[in-house]
Amino acid sequence: MSEEKTITIEVDGQSLETKLGALLIDVTDAAGINIPRFCYHNKLSIAASCRMCLVEVAKVPKPIPACATQVMDGMVVQTRSPMALAAQKSTMEFLLINHPLDCPVCDQGGECELQDVAVGYGSDATRFVEGKRVVPENNVGPLIATDMTRCIHCTRCVRFGDEVAGMREIGATGRGEHMTIGTFVARNVDSELSGNVIDLCPVGALTSKPFQYRARAWELTRHTGVAPHDSVGSNIQIHTRRNEVMRVHPDSNDSINEIWISDRDRFSYEGIKSEDRLAQPLIKKNGEWTAASWEDALEAAASGLKEIATADAEQVGTLISPTATLEEIALAQKITEGLGSPNIDYRLRQEDFRGNSTAVPWLGQSIASLEHVNAALLIGSNIRKDQPLLAHRVRKAALNGAKIQFINPLQLDLHFDAAQMVSDPAGMVHNLAAIAEAAGGSHHLTEQIEVGEEHKAIAAELKDSESAVILLGNIAQSHPDYTILYGLASVIAKATDSSVGVIPVAANSVGAAVLGAIPDHGLNAHTMLESPRKGYLLLGVEPGRDTNNPALACAALKNAECVVAVTAYRSPCLEETANVMLPMSAFSETSGSFVNAEGTWQSFAGTTTPAGESRPGWKILRVLGNLFDIQGFDYNSSEELLGELKESHAGGLKITSLGAAKGKIRSVVTGLIRVGETPIYASDALVRRAVSLQKTKDARDATVARVNLSVASNAGLSDGDKVAVVQGEGRAEMILKVDAHIPDGCVWVPAGVPGSESLGDQFGELSLEKV
Amino acid sequence: MANEVIFKNLDLDRLWDIEQYRSRGGYEVLTKILKEKTPPGEIIDGMKTSGLRGRGGAGFPTGLKWSFINREAPTDKYLVCNSDEGEPGTFKDRDILRYNPHALVEGMLIASYVINAHRAYNYIRGEFWEPYQRFQNAIDQARAAGFVGNNILGSGFDCELNVHLGGGAYVCGEETALLESIEGKKGQPRYKPPFPAHVGLYGCPTVINNTETLASVPTILRDGAEKFRDLGVENSGGSKLFSISGHVKNPGVFELPMGTPFSELFELAGGMRDGSKIKAVIPGGSSSPVIPGEVMMDLTMDYDTIAKAGSMLGSGAVIVMDDTTCMVKVLDRMGYFYYEESCGQCTPCREGTGWLYRIVHRIENGQGRPEDIDLLMDVQNRIRGKTICALGDAAAMPVAGMLRYYQDEFQYHIDHKRCMVGADA
Repeated sequence: MSEEKTITIEVDGQSLETKLGALLIDVTDAAGINIPRFCYHNKLSIAASCRMCLVEVAKVPKPIPACATQVMDGMVVQTRSPMALAAQKSTMEFLLINHPLDCPVCDQGGECELQDVAVGYGSDATRFVEGKRVVPENNVGPLIATDMTRCIHCTRCVRFGDEVAGMREIGATGRGEHMTIGTFVARNVDSELSGNVIDLCPVGALTSKPFQYRARAWELTRHTGVAPHDSVGSNIQIHTRRNEVMRVHPDSNDSINEIWISDRDRFSYEGIKSEDRLAQPLIKKNGEWTAASWEDALEAAASGLKEIATADAEQVGTLISPTATLEEIALAQKITEGLGSPNIDYRLRQEDFRGNSTAVPWLGQSIASLEHVNAALLIGSNIRKDQPLLAHRVRKAALNGAKIQFINPLQLDLHFDAAQMVSDPAGMVHNLAAIAEAAGGSHHLTEQIEVGEEHKAIAAELKDSESAVILLGNIAQSHPDYTILYGLASVIAKATDSSVGVIPVAANSVGAAVLGAIPDHGLNAHTMLESPRKGYLLLGVEPGRDTNNPALACAALKNAECVVAVTAYRSPCLEETANVMLPMSAFSETSGSFVNAEGTWQSFAGTTTPAGESRPGWKILRVLGNLFDIQGFDYNSSEELLGELKESHAGGLKITSLGAAKGKIRSVVTGLIRVGETPIYASDALVRRAVSLQKTKDARDATVARVNLSVASNAGLSDGDKVAVVQGEGRAEMILKVDAHIPDGCVWVPAGVPGSESLGDQFGELSLEKV
Repeated sequence: MANEVIFKNLDLDRLWDIEQYRSRGGYEVLTKILKEKTPPGEIIDGMKTSGLRGRGGAGFPTGLKWSFINREAPTDKYLVCNSDEGEPGTFKDRDILRYNPHALVEGMLIASYVINAHRAYNYIRGEFWEPYQRFQNAIDQARAAGFVGNNILGSGFDCELNVHLGGGAYVCGEETALLESIEGKKGQPRYKPPFPAHVGLYGCPTVINNTETLASVPTILRDGAEKFRDLGVENSGGSKLFSISGHVKNPGVFELPMGTPFSELFELAGGMRDGSKIKAVIPGGSSSPVIPGEVMMDLTMDYDTIAKAGSMLGSGAVIVMDDTTCMVKVLDRMGYFYYEESCGQCTPCREGTGWLYRIVHRIENGQGRPEDIDLLMDVQNRIRGKTICALGDAAAMPVAGMLRYYQDEFQYHIDHKRCMVGADA
């Protein structure tokens, strides 16, 4: 099958040029000739089972499915001949005999492929007079509503689970008419990509549970947008009705998210309407929060910070959430600079700031190219949960035979084959140094390192692969020795001719770095809290949940004279520490831009008006800037500001690698060390308030502390015990789970989840006490 | 002329023991081939000359099927024997497994040699416990005698034989569903192309042959392809096992040359049971359309003659029905079978078999509607030729066959809400 050969086929009298071996249905789709189909989906394998796309091909006695037919030169196809139409109408009738014809009460009504095709190929009356098939219902979890009586057995969802999500959670059991699609052993559908089956399902069998019976497709207005969580920057469609976000769907963009989105991107919109939303400006007066007008609140904010800045500009610090838009970040930078302060940072979860801080941490290659690597070494990354669609690309590479290796402080549940080297955080550094040594790289850790066979194997794998990549993930970036890990990764990359990159943590981490929202000579996100400032400007930050060391953050803010929080949500920690809270619009309510992991700038418009009295962040900052009497805040639109940013920050991203690792290993502890991963549904303020996502297995699994059996028995603890996790002054009570995924010397205690606010470093020393 | 090939040595009391099988020249052909390193092409030519066509029902020429395999393909090659004999009325392979399992073992080894397969599977219907034991025992004996395993008879040829017991699904008798089942998946037919000769078991080139086909191979090669061919008639070479059941006195399996008149087979089966007259015959398993008894009496048992009469020789499963038989009830029972056995993968079969069954069932139960006969014809027509595998056709064809000859019985059921058979008496 030489696919490059151009051939000519004839479809319905129309001559079409195409490549030999292409699928007939793809050729007709490209030519705008519609052939009805249900089971066929161009991102899934071919089932050829629905029989809706039967067409007539000259010299073939029976109608054949266009979805499974490869074109050959001179092929003559009729998609609407009497034979083809009869076959298509037959299939339609068969599909409808057992399908409930109650479209008016079906949630899929109005956007149902079966309904649409039935208009063209169905009959107006049924000849089937018997009772229809009824399938008992199954609860598959908080995200997907099932109505399997409506199922037409196209198996798209089954194939998706197998081929894309990498979890065979959905399958077909039973034979013939008794075949039902469901979960194999009456479990939930727990994949972090599960929501995509809602889009794939051509009928109302699998629909969105949070959206169930909320609106009709024709009532919705579609707006394009960009997902605000991980660094993929998935293209989305925000569906609104009467100024309310009703649901989020993927928008296709083959180079970024293809046609998929993660469940976090799909269902986080529920957080927009959280009761935590800050509806109006608040000023703290004598320890009490009182409602204020915008004028008063802005005045209080401006005067408070200005007073501090005037006395000593170094006493002002700005902390920015990496999910803030480019426009917001740029204005926050201008304000900070205008006040004369050098202290600004967005790297809230980073602890180790040694080394070259001006480098823009990015993927180092395109997202799509990840699926073509031959080998990858991922350091400190739970890529599957942190960045589900990047994991999807890596999975594709793995399925193509790429060797994927992990160095992590916990064993991951992966959906592809990979070698995992699991150790405590200090062990990660040693393992990496050993790989660097095995690869022949030079670095200062050489002497203490023992090189094992497994290190040699990884080094050899990277060296022998034509296209190898080394990536540092979310965990690495919160690691106390991040810069050493990065340095060693650079050494290995150089020695093995691999590329090195960072998986940016959040939707606009790269954007913030591109704009340079980091201190040149001032204090960074860690030192700003370690050496408390008198005044802070917080942009979209929840100090108790978004920072590497929330105890340190809250203490610093509490003692400050003036904390101005521009925020969409109230949170206990902010209420305790801030002086002025300015209500900012949330996801979907503001225009703005993000730069994703591969450096693509993507802008989006606001789709709904901000809740209550809240305002887009860039507008709040613009007014603040004016109140500070700083020049250059006269923007009429976010586009105007963006234009300026594009001009000043034009040019692609460069690969940056750090030099050989310097400094001392800080992750060595005498007792137990915390593995403070940020779970998927605790990553930012919006998703933390998305109620359905918080009911998922991933969210429920993130409410416990985990240790392996030997750590538990050494501490005299057992599975299910209530324990107190103690870090310095901080203390959090949690249920202990014995989990073999956690290495010796470590306690997995999630960050960003309720109860973790009083704890210290994500990867710091801790102790366990039985309660 | 009966019992010339597979049943040739049935006079021996324990043919399933390797000594008795070898006492009549068993394993000599295999030994000769391995010793002389007979070129596979030569064996294929012999099979082509013999006119042997697949005995599982489809009748595809065996030599041609073997020739499709690229012996030099860098992947594994597999031979699979289909002993998932599930077609209602068919019970010939069961007797091969029970009485002449070594012929099958030898045939599988020869076929494996021809296609360069080093592992062969026999997929045996799960209900066949005794036949399975006999066959497994035959493998064990053959292994002990050095015919199975590595370096067979010092020839350098390796071949393992494995048995896979089915789980009771009729559809697994379809060759690609059978492959899925061996692979541990749900038994659902695969879309073809690609054909198993290119992408078969575990994605490798695979030949799938019926039990009877493979069991015929040693005799064909020993006695000569021409001799086998000349047993039969033009386009239907050799002899065939016919399993005859129903209202005959002496139901059983008979090996007869292709082209033998039905009347002879009927005679061998002892004719009709006492006091009844022949009414209808299903000549090739339940999926073949019914033929009236008087028409059948003039036909010979070969592919072309039965096809010309509007039915199929199929697997050679002959079901004879007498004049007390209600054809509506027959179709009701058969319809239920296909409704239960459809794999559910493709729409026309999944939905259509249930619909057909329900229509026939309500006619049988006195709830037929005037439009039902037209509806039956239309629904079966809508299934036919539109599914991935032949199960849809198998469910549809008997309906058309019944209505072709016995529409009046269906009409009577609809009009009178009772059975026509016995109504006059």
